[in-house]
Amino acid sequence: MEKVKLSIDNKLVEVEKGTTIYKAAKQLGIDIPVLCYMNLEGLGIENKPGGCRICVVEVEGRRNLAPSCSTDCTEGMVVHTHTMRVINARRTVMEFILSDHPKDCLTCAKSGNCELQDMAVKLGIREIPGQEYAAMSTYKMDFSPSIIRDLDKCIMCRRCEMMCNEFQTVGALSAFNRGFQSAVGPAFEMDIEDSTCTYCGQCVAVCPTGALTEKDHTRDVINALSDPTKTVIVQTAPAVRAALGEEFGLKPGTLVTGKMVTALRRLGFNYVFDTDFAADLTIMEEGTELLGRLTKFLGGDKEVKLPILTSCCPAWVNFFEHNFPEMKDIPSTARSPQQMFGAIAKTYFADKIKVKREDLVVVSIMPCLAKKYEAQRDEFKVDGNPDVDFSLSTRELAHLIKQANLDLKTLPDEDFDKPLGESTGAAVIFGVTGGVIEAATRTAYELHTGKKLAKVEFEQLRGMEFIRKATIDFNGTPINIGIAHGLGNARKLLDEIKAGKSEFHAIEIMACPGGCIGGGGQPLHHSDSSILKARTKAIYAEDEGKVLRKSHENPYIIKLYEEFLGKPMSEKAHHLLHTHYFDKSGKIEIS
Amino acid sequence: MSRIKVKIKEKDLNIIKEICKSFNNEQGELINVLHKTQEHFGYLPAEIQEVVAKELEMSVAKVYGVVTFYSFFTMKPKGKFPISICTGTACYVRGAENVLGEFKRQLNIEVGETTPDGKFSLSCLRCVGACGLAPVVLVGDKTYGRVSPEGVKDILAEYNDK
Ligand code: SF4
Ligand code: SF4
Ligand code: FES
Ligand code: FES
Repeated sequence: MEKVKLSIDNKLVEVEKGTTIYKAAKQLGIDIPVLCYMNLEGLGIENKPGGCRICVVEVEGRRNLAPSCSTDCTEGMVVHTHTMRVINARRTVMEFILSDHPKDCLTCAKSGNCELQDMAVKLGIREIPGQEYAAMSTYKMDFSPSIIRDLDKCIMCRRCEMMCNEFQTVGALSAFNRGFQSAVGPAFEMDIEDSTCTYCGQCVAVCPTGALTEKDHTRDVINALSDPTKTVIVQTAPAVRAALGEEFGLKPGTLVTGKMVTALRRLGFNYVFDTDFAADLTIMEEGTELLGRLTKFLGGDKEVKLPILTSCCPAWVNFFEHNFPEMKDIPSTARSPQQMFGAIAKTYFADKIKVKREDLVVVSIMPCLAKKYEAQRDEFKVDGNPDVDFSLSTRELAHLIKQANLDLKTLPDEDFDKPLGESTGAAVIFGVTGGVIEAATRTAYELHTGKKLAKVEFEQLRGMEFIRKATIDFNGTPINIGIAHGLGNARKLLDEIKAGKSEFHAIEIMACPGGCIGGGGQPLHHSDSSILKARTKAIYAEDEGKVLRKSHENPYIIKLYEEFLGKPMSEKAHHLLHTHYFDKSGKIEIS
Repeated sequence: MSRIKVKIKEKDLNIIKEICKSFNNEQGELINVLHKTQEHFGYLPAEIQEVVAKELEMSVAKVYGVVTFYSFFTMKPKGKFPISICTGTACYVRGAENVLGEFKRQLNIEVGETTPDGKFSLSCLRCVGACGLAPVVLVGDKTYGRVSPEGVKDILAEYNDK
């Protein structure tokens, strides 16, 4: 690789040709401020429109200041990142952006966690001149079940557009209009609910301002908790425990399972349960479905639909309902763990504690925004009463805990309640890409071969590459497994299936980068991909620390089948734990 | 494609398909496709954009983004007499904004809109290359130079009984 030498703030540095000034400066420990630019290093997710110009630097011999995020280093370049001219220019850019930005910081959902606010602090902005000339845009707020859009707060960094179009290939968002009126949104300024949005929340995860936020249910939960006629129970998804600590200043990758349980109990939940229990249940159902289809296929049945696709990710479900409706009979019919939990809680558990369905409130804590939408789908309601009443993000839980004057860091560790709080290591790894299929493999292998696994870890299924393939030997039968995270990557595997070229028996798909640990409801990573890696490590560590690591060994799952469901895929299991999909593609009709 | 159902006449659908095909259904030709389509239909309503998006295999949000970025595309049908006001630098400096304001007031419409009787529509243009005559106004093919706000009434009167 060709190298170039240059000087930045009088320090010499040598970098590969094609490196931007911003990245070269970073190597020297010089942190040039950026706003529109974002980079999830190592993942290949980069937004580089070069639009905001907050990152300008002075390059000797050039008349104009250069945007460092999108200017490549050249041999012998002399760069200054903090001359008076640069500092003034940066301030002018910031003042210009702020002149078209609402000033309701105090009550903004992003306050305290906003990159624009941080930038104003960093640059020491104390007044915003020129406001009388600025034509403030005024868009209506858009409320959907998962995402709230307040386009007046959009600064046109276009990060969301990049995530939605390039990473997810959903294409729900695009920049439109010009000048002060420009914003990012769906076609014809329609509500996001009417677009092809999957509610993956990746746009929310990268938006630097309060333009994109989640639908907040913390008030509803506080109301339910303070209603003496209600029994309120909570379930927590695997990825939450590996990230919640970040909101309290703990190092990324710190597991806070026990502290989280204590916090939830002190918040007043009557029972603190675990979505991991339902993840084990998912493996029983999905694994049985997989084995059923495989056995038929290996027995020569040509009708059987393969590969089977996992169905735990509701954003992924939305994606294929919009884009691949003709394939809606190949994903597993198993509901997501969130919904399995809700269905069991409002039948089996409600009966056990003799509480009426209407008086039982099920709250879920999820790393995900699509789960908010999923929770209110009609299929998951009985007489209008949803199986899951409120789905909160990891961020919302952190807010709840703070409002209750609890400092997570100093809380003692407690255990989940029984029976819906017991889980195995297989369930924990649902939180990372490759985890669901690894959990399914652990169980399917043992049930199919009748043998015990010598080693439960399947390293070949792990990793961060967007598309991974592995072949697992099921006692002489090679089983081809595919894994994709990110809907754009999933699309590639789906196109293969559509073209009849897929070699896989089973494919796991998760919409978010890294799987649920990188979900749209997690603490904001602010473009630091090392955070995603730390969370992944934490999840695998939790799995390793468990006594039971295979879903079919969970004693409470065994009991649930004995007492209530019969066996996997029984009629009752079908009714409560499986679902069906819809064709939601738009149609052009001839009038 | 959005989830909203799109209805379109078969004849129109085929015309759009033809236009897209003449540009090899290439995404890079979007602007040219939109130009041709607008030339034919006079404007680019949502249905048409949905069909173009589908034909070029791109998101309708992107198509809409392009349509709203360039001022020569319009989503509303133009009036019988489309009025365009140049807001290039020379015209702007010589008071195009006041002229525009007067048109808006007299017609009671905003830029990009058409009067309810379908007679007049308003749009802005970048420099039309007649800076010596600034401020410049076009009505259909006819050019008016050195227009003042006071002259707006007379221009409109010319089309009164047409
Ligand atoms: S909505 Fe947020 S992420 Fe999208 S362009 Fe605006 S400020 Fe950037
Ligand atoms: S939630 Fe996902 S699919 Fe929806 S607009 Fe945001 S990035 Fe696109
Ligand atoms: S951060 Fe470089 S132009 Fe926006
Ligand atoms: S600026 Fe109006 S004609 Fe040149």
